[in-house]
Amino acid sequence: MSALILIDHAAGQIGKSAGELATFAERLGGVTGLILAGSGQGDALLAEASKIALNKVILIESDDFANYSLAAISEALSAQVKALSPKAFLIASSSRGKEIAGRVAIATDSGLITDAIDLDSSRKSTQSVFGGSFSVLAEVTTPTAIITIRPSSIDPSYDESEPVVEKISFTASDRSKLAQVLSSEAAVKGGRPELTEAKIVISGGRGTNGDFAPVEELADLLGAAVGASRAATDAGWYPHTHQVGQTGKTVSPQLYLACGISGAIQHRAGMQTSKTIVAINKDPEAPIFEVADFGVVGDLFKVLPQASKSLAGRKS
Amino acid sequence: MKIAVCVKQVPDSWAEKKMIDGKLDRDGVDAVLNDLDEYAIEEALAIAEPLNEAAGAPIHTVTLISMGPDRASEALRKGLSMGADDAILITDPALAGSDALATSKVLAATISAGGFDLVFCGTESTDARMSVIPAMLAERLGWAQLTFAGAVRVDETGQEIEIDRSTEFGVEKMKAKFPAVVGVIEKINEPRYPSFKGIMAAKKKVIDNKSLADLGLSGADVGKSAAWSVVESATARAAREKGVKIEDGGEAGNTLVDYLLEKRLV
Repeated sequence: MSALILIDHAAGQIGKSAGELATFAERLGGVTGLILAGSGQGDALLAEASKIALNKVILIESDDFANYSLAAISEALSAQVKALSPKAFLIASSSRGKEIAGRVAIATDSGLITDAIDLDSSRKSTQSVFGGSFSVLAEVTTPTAIITIRPSSIDPSYDESEPVVEKISFTASDRSKLAQVLSSEAAVKGGRPELTEAKIVISGGRGTNGDFAPVEELADLLGAAVGASRAATDAGWYPHTHQVGQTGKTVSPQLYLACGISGAIQHRAGMQTSKTIVAINKDPEAPIFEVADFGVVGDLFKVLPQASKSLAGRKS
Repeated sequence: MKIAVCVKQVPDSWAEKKMIDGKLDRDGVDAVLNDLDEYAIEEALAIAEPLNEAAGAPIHTVTLISMGPDRASEALRKGLSMGADDAILITDPALAGSDALATSKVLAATISAGGFDLVFCGTESTDARMSVIPAMLAERLGWAQLTFAGAVRVDETGQEIEIDRSTEFGVEKMKAKFPAVVGVIEKINEPRYPSFKGIMAAKKKVIDNKSLADLGLSGADVGKSAAWSVVESATARAAREKGVKIEDGGEAGNTLVDYLLEKRLV
């Protein structure tokens, strides 16, 4: 058994991460995808899964996943890892993905790597640590490696496939029913891309004084995600889930635009591996300019609206 | 009710971090109490204090638990000065180089021995940033996992706890009976600054030093030799090349768009 991947899905759609995980898993040989779904909800997802290159799909249906969340999910996955003993089990890095990986690693006595950005055919993984200032090559020494992979680490190769399908039902043990989900409210997407998956991220900091309107206007013109510095989220100007930095999200988009952010090491740790960095700040001495490919010393309330107007004009 | 809070001493998150021989250089930087653990301490105190006030006696306690070298007692002292009652520090030369699997084993053994009802944790440490310890503790202990809590409601008489789990996927309300592992996120509260009185009181509080043998564990269970992954190499990333910097003379917004279009970034 070569590699196992967890296929994430939301609202009946297979997530973008599944193709990325399959592309890495292929390097280790055959790929088996695991789909967890509520009772009777799996067939639609199976049709979707044939869009990515898989040798086999195991569909596990159970309402316990929704009712008992992580503990039940981890129990079902651990059983598969024990039964199949794959070389690697790949999971997309997210709050939930990392927690599941941690539990499965304990339950199956497997080594764990989180937030890998690359995986080679000999199962060695690369992680970018301390905000991208170091690159670590590591190897798991147990029979199975549990590895979470950061979103957008690879361009997925989409090969249509006709995987062998196996359907399994699952009932959580009492040990996995200790925490009960009472209600669940999906995040409102608001039309903007997910911060860690976006090709362009525009962030606002202290310099916005709480007014993110010009940041959002440009973001929407570019189809970008909106981020915020810790100063901005601490002040309550922008939701905590949008925080970029050492205590928030780590992003690595094609273009990162920092507006009114001084660029303390705490913030840079979350964005300095971005391909191109643009900074707008009133203070010519702001440390953000040290990592910026293009810096503008100026008022974001003048520069951003002008840029938006100019872009809108050239687009039409 | 007995509450434990797992805390870690980490390099100051505002300082530059370096790796030497594949390991984080902890000696070259200031060591502080992990930022995110302060929220866990604050939440534990916010639960215990009103209950103690109502009971008229300090019967609900908050104990800090940390694994680390001797100097981790400085981080514990800060937590004690915030108001925690006492602390346990697990120190052993064999612990050096422990991975998350070993760390969770040591913490779980300490928690099991302590007879706690609730264990609070921060969501992640600002050095390793794996964000897996709370989930691992729940798995090892066989306790309820209530993590990424943005709000916590404790019913002490009913021995029940409810949280709002808040992540990029949305908000879930979750409930469990004691005992439970609770992971908290930054938006849950505003950690207090230690008062002068708190700092003075902390000097007299007990930090219980435990070795692996005290927990019934052996050196073979933990440390670098027991780690299930090995670091082959750690390479410093090349510094970014210096970019262009312009002063806004009234046209910078347009110049910026020219740059983005020229680089085919938009």
